[in-house]
Amino acid sequence: MTALVDSLLILVLLLNFFSLGTTRVKALINGSAAQGVVIGFVALFSQGELTVETAVVAVSAVTLKGIVIPRLLLRALRDVRIRQNIEPFIDYVPSLLMGAVGSGLAILFANTLPLAPEHEGALLVPTSLSTVLTGFLLLTTRRKAISQVIGYLVLENGVFILGLTLVGAMPFLVELGVLLDLLVGIFVMGIMVNHIGREFSSLDTSRLAQLKEE
Amino acid sequence: MALALVLVPWCFAAVIFAIRGQRARPYLVAAGTLVQAILVLIALFLPEVTAIEGWLRLDALGRLVLGTTTVLLLATAVYLPAYLEQHPTKSNRGFCTCMMAFAGVVGLMTQAYHLGLLWVGLEASTLAVAPLIYFHRTPRSLEAVWKYLLIGSVGIALALFGSFLLGYAVLHGGGHPSLLLPDLVASAPRMSRPWLHAALLVLLVGYGTKMGLAPMHTWKPDAYGEAPGVAGALLAGAVTNCAFLAVLRVHRVAVAAGEADFARRPLLALGLLSMLVAGIFTVRQKDYKRLLAYSSVEHMGILAIGIGIGGGAVFGALLHMVNNALAKGTLFLTAGNLHRAFGSKSTDQVRGAIRRVPASAALLLAGFFAITGSPPFGPFLSELTIVGAAIDRGHILVAGTFLALLAAVFVGMGATMLAVVQGNADGTDSTPPVREPVALVAPAACLLCLVLLLGLHVPEPLAALLREAAAELDAP
Amino acid sequence: MPVHQVVLHLLCLLTLPPLLVGIIVKVKALFAGRVGAPLLQPYLDLFRLYRKGTVLSRTSTWLFVASPVVAIVTMLLAGLLVPFGYPSAPLAFTGDLVLFAYLLGLARFFTLLAALDTGSAFEGMGAAREATWASLAEPALFLGLLALVRRSGSMSLSTVLDVSLDRGWGESSAVLLLVFVSLFVVFLAENCRIPFDDPNTHLELTMIHEAMVLDHSGPALGLILQGAATKLFVLGALVVHTILPMSRGSSVVGWASFLGAMIGLAVAVGVIESTMARVRMKRVASLLIAACVLAGFGVILTAR
Repeated sequence: MTALVDSLLILVLLLNFFSLGTTRVKALINGSAAQGVVIGFVALFSQGELTVETAVVAVSAVTLKGIVIPRLLLRALRDVRIRQNIEPFIDYVPSLLMGAVGSGLAILFANTLPLAPEHEGALLVPTSLSTVLTGFLLLTTRRKAISQVIGYLVLENGVFILGLTLVGAMPFLVELGVLLDLLVGIFVMGIMVNHIGREFSSLDTSRLAQLKEE
Repeated sequence: MALALVLVPWCFAAVIFAIRGQRARPYLVAAGTLVQAILVLIALFLPEVTAIEGWLRLDALGRLVLGTTTVLLLATAVYLPAYLEQHPTKSNRGFCTCMMAFAGVVGLMTQAYHLGLLWVGLEASTLAVAPLIYFHRTPRSLEAVWKYLLIGSVGIALALFGSFLLGYAVLHGGGHPSLLLPDLVASAPRMSRPWLHAALLVLLVGYGTKMGLAPMHTWKPDAYGEAPGVAGALLAGAVTNCAFLAVLRVHRVAVAAGEADFARRPLLALGLLSMLVAGIFTVRQKDYKRLLAYSSVEHMGILAIGIGIGGGAVFGALLHMVNNALAKGTLFLTAGNLHRAFGSKSTDQVRGAIRRVPASAALLLAGFFAITGSPPFGPFLSELTIVGAAIDRGHILVAGTFLALLAAVFVGMGATMLAVVQGNADGTDSTPPVREPVALVAPAACLLCLVLLLGLHVPEPLAALLREAAAELDAP
Repeated sequence: MPVHQVVLHLLCLLTLPPLLVGIIVKVKALFAGRVGAPLLQPYLDLFRLYRKGTVLSRTSTWLFVASPVVAIVTMLLAGLLVPFGYPSAPLAFTGDLVLFAYLLGLARFFTLLAALDTGSAFEGMGAAREATWASLAEPALFLGLLALVRRSGSMSLSTVLDVSLDRGWGESSAVLLLVFVSLFVVFLAENCRIPFDDPNTHLELTMIHEAMVLDHSGPALGLILQGAATKLFVLGALVVHTILPMSRGSSVVGWASFLGAMIGLAVAVGVIESTMARVRMKRVASLLIAACVLAGFGVILTAR
């Protein structure tokens, strides 16, 4: 079981790198969707015995992160008709390297952390740290509003993975509430992306620079 | 009862969303908020009850925040119909629905006894307020709401991360991870220290972002500056209080774990930094709404410092939370009136408001005196309590800096506020006074009266509530 | 290693590589909705080339003639170091993986020299590109091998690639997955497949390997093509063995699973070539750097 979960988590890491290295917004959305699906499976297999509740959480995570949210974003993307390139502030290779170095440090750092015996050597904690880091990188180095939304999504994925270490700490309903909040959050952000696209005929957030101290 | 405080406003919100009457919606919001206020009043006098396996419980701290916020909500709800009448062409469906839903979210937040649920509530409040900021549909407000959403969401995602770290601290300490507040308090002494420390810091950064503590305050001037006055009042008085409540819940766990000293240091540092930032940016600030935003940053700093000092300052901080919320309500509602009357929020255009909108301008001036801690208003008393406690507990340096920064903000704010209210608008002084509907002035006036009352006398039930809440947050 | 296994290994190495190329071509044809060339077409092409005469430029030196021979010989030698269907390779000793990497390097070195020897600007450009990408692909290969070495604690390819379940496949599946992905990228880059290079285009300015061998003809070109096919096969075997458990029981199962996996690999390459476009030159570097990053990650994971 650990081997399976670890392989899935490696997939999550690979998708992190993919998100940092890809040049296309659509590919970025699909990458985050794939990550959502993988994380849903991690949720299913990492909890020891299978209960109805973990199954429901896993299924709703897969549906929301893997299907509903990507569709929302793809639709927002189609509506604003923008150029497909991501145009980062920091180019792809440097940001990929930053992500890689950060993730490597996260793994090495997680080794020095005092982990509970059941998580020694497992990848849950390091992957979570690395995914949070990737989310931050995407948030800060990407110009387009929609790629920033995906940065937030990836960040949230990392937090979700950390939550998986705590069996039973988050009651079922709260877990669903978190997912629902995420969905509504992305929905509202999608609407705003749409408005930004219409107002500025571009999703470049560096155009959002009117408000500052004179 | 506990559930009613959440579900009744949401039912109203659903109705408001469903009906078509553009004119009826604001009145429905007012009615819904009134019903909610009555429910809250009943709940405040009921003994403590729990609901859904202890996830919801209205304790002293929750009562304090819920009561304060409800007063503020009621004032804004009364203000709302007259305000929306000024903008008859804009669809107010989203605005009214979100405002009503926000009332329910506050009910959820203040009763949440589970860190996960608390998080869900705070995130929901973030989302509910976003459409309020974007009411005017201008590029500037779009920019503001984008920054607000993104920074707020990221901050709050960090807070979830921190909550999980706290759970992990329990797990590593050998306990069964549960994020229920009583469980956390009970298992606090056995928590694994490194994880606990990490959790406390991440949670402070996360919820601190939502509070608007420097240096995570960058969204605040933009959002407050572009939001309509009503939304500004809710943001500065209600959302920040809810975030502060979250910080306090976490602080309580830290105190129970015997880590009060560890938790206090970053609070003090962020608090002082917030006051410093506010002091710097209020000087020569031409935009009076952004000025109020920096004032909010300052007061969040004061709250953090109060908790960071501990002892009697906790009582002062809680009292200050009430004062600040009510005074901010006055300021934002009247600032909104000025903005409408002059069509600008820069002191280049807005001068001599006392002649054009006498009532609003007078209230704004009084509100300015109240918020900067001039006697006989409430903030004077609460700030005095904090300074007194700081000196008592040997934080002489903190007390000195605190007073110096208060003075700096007073001077900075005063220059702008006095120019706005009394300044001479170079010859174009002949504009006749604008008619000010009572409904647009009375709510602000009532809030100001409450601030004044709190400065003269803190009623015994409130004082008892404050003492009870402070006792939980203070290490022996 | 029993003698009949060695014979089988050699037979495989000498005869099967062109078939792999044939499968890839066939898969691409099927994807494009064509019938495509027969599976054995590469053999016929080689046969045709070996029967032809050679044209040599008066300006080129012995290097030009030597390079195809070096290319095929080094590849065959490298093929002796990688296990195929039997858990061990005919040649296995400590440090043979370094030899393996440098045999690849030697072949490349001679191909580059021959390309420069022609004095053609076009081939010189191909050589420059090959050198550039190789400088990025080689670290990825070494990092991937390093991860495998650290995992198994051995310095011999035959042991390093023995990833069967009883040798801890489960515990280090994460490392193996990373190394697999990284080596697969290296495999595509080294063999000049899409998305790095398009083996179908001749005389396009974008290509790398094909540009370097434009002046070769007849048997020399045949040797180069066979060398390329052998490289595809040998590196393919390396990639396959990073995740394919070796059979300890009957050798039939071992050979069947190995050949099946190789066919699967060829089909995968065909699918990739049909569904993806060649990336821009600028992006080739980032893909290879990503491969390095993944392999480096594998190394970090083994350090835990």
